[in-house]
Amino acid sequence: MFIWFHKLASPPYFYKFAGILAPWLAWLSLLVIAAGLYGGLWLAPPDYQQGDGFRIIYVHVPSAWMSMFIYMVMAVAAAIGLIWRMKLAHAVSAAAAPLGASFTFIALVTGSLWGKPMWGTYWVWDARLTSELILLFLYVGYMALNHAFEDRRTGDRASAILALVGIVNIPIIHYSVKWWNTLHQGATVFFGPRAEMPPSMYIPLFIMIIGFMVYFAAFILKRLQVEVLQRERNTAWVRALVAKS
Amino acid sequence: MNSWHEFLSMGGYAVYVWPAYGTALVVLLANAIWPGRQQRALLKELRRRSLPSEERPT
Repeated sequence: MFIWFHKLASPPYFYKFAGILAPWLAWLSLLVIAAGLYGGLWLAPPDYQQGDGFRIIYVHVPSAWMSMFIYMVMAVAAAIGLIWRMKLAHAVSAAAAPLGASFTFIALVTGSLWGKPMWGTYWVWDARLTSELILLFLYVGYMALNHAFEDRRTGDRASAILALVGIVNIPIIHYSVKWWNTLHQGATVFFGPRAEMPPSMYIPLFIMIIGFMVYFAAFILKRLQVEVLQRERNTAWVRALVAKS
Repeated sequence: MNSWHEFLSMGGYAVYVWPAYGTALVVLLANAIWPGRQQRALLKELRRRSLPSEERPT
C-alpha cells in the first residue's frame, strides 16, 4: 500500500490518476445530490414551525459543514507542505481554497436568506455568523497571499502559515453556538439532546452532505491538475505532456 | 406536495428558498466548469511557449 501511496505522490502519476478519477466522482456527486434534493425538497414533510422555509437546510448545513471540513483539509495540507516541503501538499491547499471559499459563500448567503423569514433580518453580528464570515476572509486571504509572489514556493509557504494561524477559527465557529447564547440555532441536527428531526428530514440531509463531499473530491482533483501543471511546468514530464496534447 | 404550483410556492417561502438554491447551483456550476477551462488554457499557453519563437501563433 505504501508503494502505491509513494507513487501517487509523484506529480506525473498523480496528474494521470486525478484525470481518470475526477469525471467519475463528478457524475457520482451529481446523482447523490439529485437524490438528496429529491428527498429534501419533495419527500420531507414541512417543518411544524417554519413550514417549507426550513428546506433551505439542505444546502445551508451541507455547505457550512464543507466550509469547515475543507479548511481542515487545507490546514493539514499546509502543515505537511511546510514540515516535509512537499510541493504536492501545497498544491492541495491551493486547490482546496477556492472550493472552501465557495462553500463558505453559499453557507453565508443561504443562511442569510433563511434568517430573513425566520429572524426578520438578513444579517446579525452573531457569534456563529461572524466567525463564518471571518472564515471567508481567511480563504480569500489565503488565495491572495498564495498568488502574491513571483516565486510560487514563497507564495505557498506564506499562505500555508496563514492557513495554520486561521485554524483557531474552526472550533470557534463550531462551538460558538454553545459558548455564546447566539441567535443562530444550536447544534441540533446531529448532537441534539432529543432527535428533533424525523428520519424523513435528516436522511436527505445526510445524502446532501455526502453529495457535497463527493463533489469536493471530484473538483479538488480537477483543480489539483491545474496546480500541479503550474508548479511543474518546466519539468520534462509536463513538456512531454504538452507536446503530446 | 402534489401540484407543481404548490411545490414552487414552497408554502409562501419561495422568495427565500429558490434564491438560496439558485446561489448554490450557480456557485457549484462555476466551480465545476472553471478548472477544466483553466487547464485547457494553461496547456495551450505551455504549447505556445514550447514552439520555436518564429512559429508561434499570435
